[in-house]
Amino acid sequence: MIDPTPTPDVAEDLGSGTDEPPAGEPVMRLQDVAVAFAGRAAVRSVSFDVYPGEITALIGPSGSGKTTLLRALNRLHDTERSASVTGTILLGDTDVNADSTDPTLLRTRVGMVFQRPNPFPTMSIYENAVAGLRFNGVRKKALLDEAAESALIAAALWESVRDRLKAHASTLSGGEQQRLCIARALAVEPEVLLMDEPTSALDPIATTRIEELIGELKHRVTIIIVTHNMQQAMRVSDRCAFLLMGEDKAGELIEVGPTGRLFSEPSDPRTLDYVNGRFG
Amino acid sequence: MGAIFVGLVAWFIISMIVQARPAFSTLGFSWIIQKTWDPTHNKYGLLPFILGTVETTAIAMVLALPIGLGTALALAYLVPHRVRQGLSSAVELLAAVPSVVYGLWGLIVLAPLFREDVEPFLTSILGWTGLFNGPNEGVGLLLAGIILFVMVLPTMVAISRDVLAVVPSEQVEGAMALGATRWQVLRKVVVPGARTGILGAFTLATGRALGETVAVALVIGNSPYIAHSVKSTASTLPALIVNNFGEATGTELSALFGAGLVLLLIGITVNAVARVLVRSTARSGAASAAVA
Amino acid sequence: MTTLTLDASTDPILERRRAIQDAAATSLGRRKISSKIAIGICWAFLAIAIVPLVAVIVYVVVKGLPAWNTDFFTQSTVPEGIPGGGVWNAIVGTAEIGFFATAVTVPIGLLCGLTLAESDGRIAAAVRFTADVMTGMPSITIGIFGYIAIVKTTGQYSGLAGAFAIGFIMLPVIMRAGETAIRGVPRDLSEAALALGARRATVARRVLVPAALPGITTGVLLAVARGLGETAPLLLTIFGNQYLQWNPTKPMEALPLVIYNNSSQPYANLLQIAWGAALLLMVVVLVLSVGSRVLAVFLQRERR
Repeated sequence: MIDPTPTPDVAEDLGSGTDEPPAGEPVMRLQDVAVAFAGRAAVRSVSFDVYPGEITALIGPSGSGKTTLLRALNRLHDTERSASVTGTILLGDTDVNADSTDPTLLRTRVGMVFQRPNPFPTMSIYENAVAGLRFNGVRKKALLDEAAESALIAAALWESVRDRLKAHASTLSGGEQQRLCIARALAVEPEVLLMDEPTSALDPIATTRIEELIGELKHRVTIIIVTHNMQQAMRVSDRCAFLLMGEDKAGELIEVGPTGRLFSEPSDPRTLDYVNGRFG
Repeated sequence: MGAIFVGLVAWFIISMIVQARPAFSTLGFSWIIQKTWDPTHNKYGLLPFILGTVETTAIAMVLALPIGLGTALALAYLVPHRVRQGLSSAVELLAAVPSVVYGLWGLIVLAPLFREDVEPFLTSILGWTGLFNGPNEGVGLLLAGIILFVMVLPTMVAISRDVLAVVPSEQVEGAMALGATRWQVLRKVVVPGARTGILGAFTLATGRALGETVAVALVIGNSPYIAHSVKSTASTLPALIVNNFGEATGTELSALFGAGLVLLLIGITVNAVARVLVRSTARSGAASAAVA
Repeated sequence: MTTLTLDASTDPILERRRAIQDAAATSLGRRKISSKIAIGICWAFLAIAIVPLVAVIVYVVVKGLPAWNTDFFTQSTVPEGIPGGGVWNAIVGTAEIGFFATAVTVPIGLLCGLTLAESDGRIAAAVRFTADVMTGMPSITIGIFGYIAIVKTTGQYSGLAGAFAIGFIMLPVIMRAGETAIRGVPRDLSEAALALGARRATVARRVLVPAALPGITTGVLLAVARGLGETAPLLLTIFGNQYLQWNPTKPMEALPLVIYNNSSQPYANLLQIAWGAALLLMVVVLVLSVGSRVLAVFLQRERR
């Protein structure tokens, strides 16, 4: 397991992608995080840091536990009785998995966008956008409107929907629906946005638009994105964490580091194999 | 082949209309909503029975909607996975209990209970509404309504549970990921997502309640007057028919056919609406048998 | 907090975030309590739903079992005031009516179901819709139909009139169950047979129906269970008969009828018989219902 905090030497000889040293304190820290279902390990002892204003990608072949790990970050495994999440996940000062941390409050700080667009079909575009706010007790119309507009603008959707906010979400195209879901997540102003293969269900054009969007969003929220598409990781992310399924079918973290370096001069031979397309 | 079936249905409807015609030609059209049923004086008003049918069904459905929905939610989302299928099957199986057995149970077991305990209790706390006047007889509108509630509950629960369970989990997760509490997820995403099916279940159950004959006939007290209180004895269209058919002749018989026709029309309307709403969910074949 | 933004005190995003976190934190207590209460109510409703249903079964067993003695099964029904008695004539009646109704309805229903499964046109849709609506019809109206169709025309009450009415109730159920079961058969099965040169009818008979057997069996058994439990149609068509009657063209007795008639009698022996008959009927119906599922699962496994 590679030490995640790059030394200044390493940071200097990066290739493509960002080569700036991380800015400031990590917004999220994972220490020995493991996920098991009914006793069988799905993800083994993962440790790395996520830095503010960056896009961190979890990459690796399918089955390597990327999504499982991602879902642990907003405690989505809570409803699964057989799931157990061990280790420490720190969001700022908060221990995510502590009993004292309320999952619903946590999820206002860590938002999520899913693989397939999932707008609420019985709600209008506006209602979808403010759904998160309403769930959390925000009543003031002014605040709702302001947040909705800001989020829809950030998701590059405002211009096309501003005149039909009352229309049903199902009237939007696939790509637009996904952007609505992004807006919905953004409206709550989370600190971190988790994205689980957000473009895999979309056509290439919509995919490109969302990738551009993600690039712009990193100034507003820290993004952790799961992708099985290496090229997407290269295009979009600042930092990558490479996971691989071990012999016991549990995913482990092989290497983590700035994207450029990881793809051009990875430290681990398995990473080298993966980025050269030799498997997965 | 389907022609045979359709032919039968057509024969059915036509013969009902034909048999009822004499009543209409002798008595005109307004007799249906007259309020006195007195064959000896040639009066055949159906109003008390129409009201009785509506009122017992209303009592049943007012209870069946929340309790049925809550039970369905519990079965679809709250009950541990292992027990889920077993409990759901159990509830569905109870839809198979014959209605006459419910009637027997209602008359012998519940009626005394109602007379001695339930009705006095309800009268003491709800008497101010004016709905609980009159003596505590046990049998009557209230008991009939409750028995109907018990009988249609499995229908309501089974279909609702099915439509609630197929709300896509990605929507449930989407709501959770936004910080919704469990109830918020159910109330704002799951139930609205299933609302058409739930409405269909409700309508189907209502149809069953409206048409129920023997269970109601056994516990409603069979009095041909408009009920003035929830505790009154009363009667319904099906009960009227079943009680008087054997000995009726002439105009009275035609009037009973007319009552049957009214019931037929109600049945067709309610069931047609229900089917449009339910649109045959995945359990189609078995559902028709267990649910109808 | 990120360190990216310019001026923490005026950045609208940070302000909104603060306002939202405030609202979330303040409302959290209320929301959690509401959630607990609402979910508690759902559980309570589940309990409320189960109680009467369990109570019915328990009472019927407790009160009905004592009635099950030899007399019960061998003697016929007795009129009011006479002690003793049994339901043998009613069992015969129910069995015969059930038999005739099933024997006629199942072939017709399955044929209709097969036709429906193969057609997608508007006529098929109309027939399907009609069948669905008919499954929910008040059974007394069907009883009236049985009276008009058979009793009136033949001039007498009979077991066959009852079978006609019960059959008419069962028909749409079997049609739809059959159709669903046949539609559930994977297409490649029938297409393979057709490709080998078999005629449609043969394909249907030798491939589709056997493959759909589990679903069909469930549907049929459930329909029979329902048919046997119907009372109202019988009240208008078979009239009842104190004596054992094997001839279906004459008035007959049936279990649901016995229960109905005896329920409101003040005589203890008659009431006892009613409970016994209720237990018998319930056992038969539940065995058919449970059995249909078990059989379906069993047959599914055999297929593999």
